[in-house]
Amino acid sequence: MHTFWYRANAVLTFAVTILAVICGMASLSDNFNFPSPHAHVQVLNLNWFQKQPNGNDEVSLTLNISADLQSMFTWNTKQVFVFLAAEYESPQNSLNQVSLWDGIIPSKEHAKFSIHTTNKYRFVDQGNNLRGKAFNLTLHWHVMPKTGKMFADKIVMTGYRLPEDYR
Amino acid sequence: MMMGWIGESLASIRSIQIRQLLTQAVSLGMIVTSALIIWKGLMCVTGSESPVVVVLSGSMEPGFQRGDILFLHMSKDPIRAGEIVVFNVDGREIPIVHRVIKVHERQDTGEVDVLTKGDNNFGDDRLLYARGQLWLQQHHIMGRAVGFLPYVGWVTIIMTEKPIIKYLLIGALGLLVITSKE
Repeated sequence: MHTFWYRANAVLTFAVTILAVICGMASLSDNFNFPSPHAHVQVLNLNWFQKQPNGNDEVSLTLNISADLQSMFTWNTKQVFVFLAAEYESPQNSLNQVSLWDGIIPSKEHAKFSIHTTNKYRFVDQGNNLRGKAFNLTLHWHVMPKTGKMFADKIVMTGYRLPEDYR
Repeated sequence: MMMGWIGESLASIRSIQIRQLLTQAVSLGMIVTSALIIWKGLMCVTGSESPVVVVLSGSMEPGFQRGDILFLHMSKDPIRAGEIVVFNVDGREIPIVHRVIKVHERQDTGEVDVLTKGDNNFGDDRLLYARGQLWLQQHHIMGRAVGFLPYVGWVTIIMTEKPIIKYLLIGALGLLVITSKE
């Protein structure tokens, strides 16, 4: 009776150890991938720009986002989460990051894309500092593995300057 | 058959001398304390009060599914958009794992206002926050997710939902430790 349980225990422990080592190696192998993504973003139109009743500035933009993120995919990649953020400084805040659009890329076949969209999340400032404000558009990505460590990086792109007046 | 085995085990328990019993008590203690040391050590290294969390909802699918395990890290680095953070909301027992979509960092104090959203949810998390709360602050955040291991968390989900299995497992392991001869 004991010998059976001892053997079962030993086999199970060994299997779990091997599995852990393989997961660790799969995660480590991601370090040998050096991605070289390309991205281009264009602000096509300023749809509207106004002050909300509570005093915060809000902007609506139409964007064209094209990117080639195929080089991020390795055999251990489950998906890539990609998002475009507007980043700027204001008198009150040393950093404002506002996500304008995001998407989940499930596989390498979908990693080269070009989309035409209005901002998916509301572009609202904390305050009314957006008139005449220049902001950076930054494409961030978050590589989510099948197992192991997650990777994140970004490309800072040319920005856009908002007009001096609401419209 | 079963009765015979239980009887045998009881006999074997009775037959052990005090010395063996003590050795086994010590080895059992070693197992418990080493588990505790690993957990507390992880807390020190990661700087997070709970270094490992189990994903309980599908709000981050397909990235994280129910039953996946996340490793957390709480460094001094400020929170930035895109990071996956684990946060507590006042009046809610269970911490939530979601992605940061907006960050406003104050010029003078360096304090941050953060807005989160689940990748699989339609809208942002303001509905999940306490009534009238618009932003998360640093003190709500328990850590950011840095690593990921699939499926392993099912063990704890099953154990919390079906406590009988937990007690059966603990009992069986205890019996195994007590009746083991070497």
